[in-house]
Amino acid sequence: MTTAHHAPESGLLRARRITAGGAKYLSLVIAAAVTLVPLVTVVFASFKTPAEYGSTGPMTPPANWFNFANFATAFDSGGMLEGFLNTGIVLAVSLAGTVFIGTMAAYGLDRFEFRGKRLVFGLFLVATLVPGVTSQVATFQLINGMGLYDTRTALILLFMGTDIIAIYLFIQFMQSIPASLDEAAMLDGANRWTIYWMIVLPLLRPAIATVVIIKGIAIYNEFYAPFLYLPSEGLISTSLFRFKGPFGAQWEVISAGTLIVIIPTLVAFLFLQRWIYKGLTTGAVK
Amino acid sequence: MAIKDSAPAEAVADRPEGRTRRPSGTTRRRYPRRLTPYLFIAAAVSLLLLFTYWPAANLFYYSVTDWDGLDQTKHFVGADNYVRVFTDPRIFEVFFVSLYYFGASFVQIAIALYFATILSQSTRFRNFFRGVLFFPYLINGVAIGFVFLYLFQPGGTIDTVLSWAGVGDPPQWLGDPEVANWSLAGTSVWRYMGMNFVLFLGAIQSIPSELYEAAELDGANKWQQFRAIILPGIRRIIGLMFILSIAGSLSVFEIPFIMTGGANGTSTFVIQTIQTAFTHRQVGTASAMAVVLLAIVLLVTWAQRKLFPDEKVDLT
Repeated sequence: MTTAHHAPESGLLRARRITAGGAKYLSLVIAAAVTLVPLVTVVFASFKTPAEYGSTGPMTPPANWFNFANFATAFDSGGMLEGFLNTGIVLAVSLAGTVFIGTMAAYGLDRFEFRGKRLVFGLFLVATLVPGVTSQVATFQLINGMGLYDTRTALILLFMGTDIIAIYLFIQFMQSIPASLDEAAMLDGANRWTIYWMIVLPLLRPAIATVVIIKGIAIYNEFYAPFLYLPSEGLISTSLFRFKGPFGAQWEVISAGTLIVIIPTLVAFLFLQRWIYKGLTTGAVK
Repeated sequence: MAIKDSAPAEAVADRPEGRTRRPSGTTRRRYPRRLTPYLFIAAAVSLLLLFTYWPAANLFYYSVTDWDGLDQTKHFVGADNYVRVFTDPRIFEVFFVSLYYFGASFVQIAIALYFATILSQSTRFRNFFRGVLFFPYLINGVAIGFVFLYLFQPGGTIDTVLSWAGVGDPPQWLGDPEVANWSLAGTSVWRYMGMNFVLFLGAIQSIPSELYEAAELDGANKWQQFRAIILPGIRRIIGLMFILSIAGSLSVFEIPFIMTGGANGTSTFVIQTIQTAFTHRQVGTASAMAVVLLAIVLLVTWAQRKLFPDEKVDLT
């Protein structure tokens, strides 16, 4: 009786589970397609010759997958080498600055009690609310007044202005470093700078890695600051943006340039996924 | 070993006065000890004041003048610029453009919530799908702009796919002012959905799995589990995202600026501000616009703090 009663029900349940499972995978496949198709068509276009581009549709794969001519054109005539070099310089200097300034600030804020500490925290928190692009109306006057317009220094300074997210990540990690380590070192006669340099900084390495990755991606993707402050040279975003003019309708070259910009991000994502997810979710909600 | 480990802690415990005495400090060093924390935060705070607060303060100052950004003198014009922001149709009409993005953010949150829910369960190729859905968030904005310009161009990818489905007469996706904002808002969903998704996924995965097991034993189906366990567990972060999307949809900039430059009725408030300042050289009016945006964002944040007073989401 019980088995007879049971069998059809479990059969029904299983059938429902299979359709539910089917719908789930179908929706996932559709979402993956919607995400990937725009990118894949750009990959297709980037390998086509101009004649081939004109005669085939966007969903048609290229005839020759080893036609790298468009990539060479994009890289040479598009000034992408300059873009990568400038981005590399700005990235390296501002990341180094962010790490030192940010870890020092985090050390000061976490390990000391001092007058005005709450005010400083408040200042950093409120600063995240100031809308980035519109305040450039006034920031531009400042940079101009400092004589830094059209220099990489302007960008480095702007990127180095450490955000609360970096400081927050450092503080959060620093809280897991026992204060007894500092105190033991202090008893051995180390001063605060030695402790910061010899004990705290090396132990913060995982947090530093997270900040470098997250902030590195943000700087690599930054478009408006280089567009506004460094008009005569390109960072990678602005080099690519300038493809709009000279390459007009040469979509096969623009596609290649677009991919040249995306590929480093893809490589970084594939290798650093865990750090990226962790860093972004920690920083985003604060 | 054990002794060695505990030694520093004991030493500290033995001499609690050692720590309290230090800051009050002796002056045998070059500077008083209590200055040390200020030296540690000096660089960060200086940059913050110089590059965030000084420009922000100047915005207020410029906003009551008629400055063009070049002139030596700035004339005080009172609230004229603010009156202009709310009465000049070219300026306040762009506020309505943000409604497209605000509407799109609901779609974005719904999609993100759906995929976060199904990928929080055991799924084949889970990491692959998670990576694919999230990756657009990391891509350079200019690259995304070009990818979608290519997608939307006449005879482009969208039109080709639609022609397979039998739609022969597709609209001008970016050329038709009736459609352009939808296309751009859609691009924005493609770009930012992954971030909402990953945040939801983290929040859902932090719900203890015993809850699902108990619900399953009680015969609850997936939809009931979603309603009774997942939704209450992440209600706060959903609310937070809706509020953030208000500020987000007012601050839309990159995608329309890169793709259409604000043409065909796609200009947003931020694009308009930037063009007022740097193309039309009306720094005074642009500053008033920036101040209005800042005020709205602060208001929204204040509302958020009121509605979700002790927001503590640890998603790692």
